[in-house]
Amino acid sequence: MTIRLFTTVAAAAMVLSFAAAAEDKVVNVYNWSDYIDEEILTEFTAETGIKIVYDVFDSNEILETKLLAGGTGYDVVVPSGEFLARQISAGVFQKLDKNRLPNLGNAWREIQERVARYDPGNEYSINYMWGTTGIGYNVGKVKEILGEDAPVDSWALVFDPENAKKLSACGIYALDAPVETLRAALNYLGINPDSQEPADLEKAGELWMSIRPYVQKFHSSEYINALANGDICIAVGWSGDVLQARDRAAEAENGVEVNYSIPKEGAQMWFDQMAIPADAKNIEAAHVFINYMLKPEVAAKASNYVYYANGNKASQAFLNEDVIGDPAIYPPEEVVQKLYTTTPFPPNVQRVVTRIWTKVKSGQ
Amino acid sequence: MSDISESAGHKANPLRWLVVAIPYLWLLVFFLAPFFIVFKISLSQVAIAMPPYVPAFDLAAGISRFFADLKELTFSNYLWLTEDALYWKSYLSSVGIALVSTLILLAIGFPVAYGMARSPKAWRPTLLMLVILPFWTSFLIRVYAWIGILKKEGLLNQFLLWVGAINEPLTIINTNTAVYIGIVYSYLPFMILPLYASLEKLDETLLEAASDLGCPPTKAFWLITFPLALPGVIAGSFLCFIPIVGEFVIPDLLGGSETMMIGKTLWSEFFNNRDWPVSSAVAVLLLLILVVPIVVFQNSQMKAMEAGK
Repeated sequence: MTIRLFTTVAAAAMVLSFAAAAEDKVVNVYNWSDYIDEEILTEFTAETGIKIVYDVFDSNEILETKLLAGGTGYDVVVPSGEFLARQISAGVFQKLDKNRLPNLGNAWREIQERVARYDPGNEYSINYMWGTTGIGYNVGKVKEILGEDAPVDSWALVFDPENAKKLSACGIYALDAPVETLRAALNYLGINPDSQEPADLEKAGELWMSIRPYVQKFHSSEYINALANGDICIAVGWSGDVLQARDRAAEAENGVEVNYSIPKEGAQMWFDQMAIPADAKNIEAAHVFINYMLKPEVAAKASNYVYYANGNKASQAFLNEDVIGDPAIYPPEEVVQKLYTTTPFPPNVQRVVTRIWTKVKSGQ
Repeated sequence: MSDISESAGHKANPLRWLVVAIPYLWLLVFFLAPFFIVFKISLSQVAIAMPPYVPAFDLAAGISRFFADLKELTFSNYLWLTEDALYWKSYLSSVGIALVSTLILLAIGFPVAYGMARSPKAWRPTLLMLVILPFWTSFLIRVYAWIGILKKEGLLNQFLLWVGAINEPLTIINTNTAVYIGIVYSYLPFMILPLYASLEKLDETLLEAASDLGCPPTKAFWLITFPLALPGVIAGSFLCFIPIVGEFVIPDLLGGSETMMIGKTLWSEFFNNRDWPVSSAVAVLLLLILVVPIVVFQNSQMKAMEAGK
């Protein structure tokens, strides 16, 4: 209690002292939709006196197109790993000034090492959240259709046409994100998920084509509600989104039980990274914002709200038990070993990937 | 006498020039200049850079350099469009969807406009108002509203289930049917208004004369009403057909993955592939395809104006 009182008083004092000096300070943040506890934003302004303009997007493609066109006016943006890598080589970002990020010591080394694949030396970005791309399923209905021994721990649940056919009656959704869906198929086929060979990717496309008649929709966000309402049985989706569906169903007490599975064959591990565009105007404020997000309590607050793991080791002491203790969010070491990361496709392969995916989606 | 009129003409000249110049300036600034930029990008090559392409030529780099670049220009992006069936398939499917929608619009719009034109004079402003009323709400919101109506647990299915017309909810959203419903709904005023304008001008004494001379009403309709309404039919059809071909919002929100329209293809080329050159080539071709109906439309307008004199 005394501690809380102290922090409140301290925060109030800081607001007073900063308010005058930092009247015009502002930071423009562009992050994914539904991806932060909004209290963090008001607390940030209260503590630092920097006004925050918070804007959201719902696909990496939209963000990238804006960044490549230049002059976005954003000071902090949050692209995912592969997109980040391409954007770095296109010269979109500026290097972080690590002297202005004293809280960087809280970062999780292991995550930093994995991210180095996209951002060598972690020079341009700091991890915000990370997660996996796996399978969300309706526990009751899947058991009802496939029996007690339904392969919920395997990609065969979706990629085996027999299973997909049976489950299609109650509905299958999949992400509309070719980079991830085709890699999951490669991994299931026993091909290196990081393959850049058009022939391999064609095989992944064929696998999707074989289950295409049983997929009701390819969409990257509608599955949250569809799973929670019990409209569908299966969604190939992102970990935190499925867990949000699980919680919404539990809150609604509608008898729907949603679960998330990282299949035993392995799954993609992805990273959403905070970075500062080269043409950002409020560089100082951007660093203050990133440094604030690196505080253990703040990172924990964000994770407790969005159900994604963060790249902040020190925050783990502040995480709720249903976050840190959930193997779907913080998988145990032996599962982490099976998670794969991938490198971006070169432009000519990217073109093939989009073509294959268009074919899959249109079914022709 | 002649002197006076000449000097008056001289004085009017600068103003007259201005009047003529404004539309041309408009065309230059809002059509030709952007078209040239898009055309230039369509000749360039994709790259990992900001912006994501290597310019085909640069006017600022000097004349000699410009001519050197000019020799190396390739139309490879256009060739790519011919090599992949996806593009001509989506062009064809867009034109097909636009054609069918225009016919449906005509079939619905004509009776509505006819009824409005034949209604008592005092009602007409109110009826006209009702046609224009939907424009008071944003187009995007109206299309979103259709999602709520057409989805599986939406209003339409609930109503049909309640009435007992169906036992299982229909899957309408995310299909081509939903796209047609959305397009016909959104473009109906653009069909009704020109039809109404030409039908209202129609001289009713002509129909009276026809009936006096023993012509049955259906025959009179095809011999008199329809030919006289033809300018309205043409104007309404082109006003709908041309924008529908390039429609993006409606197929994106209401259509499913099997809906192929060039607007969507262009979007995925631009956003998913980050391929500005190819998407620019798609846009240039789309424009060329649309130029044909636009020219036909212009011609018919000119003829109508001449006939009106």
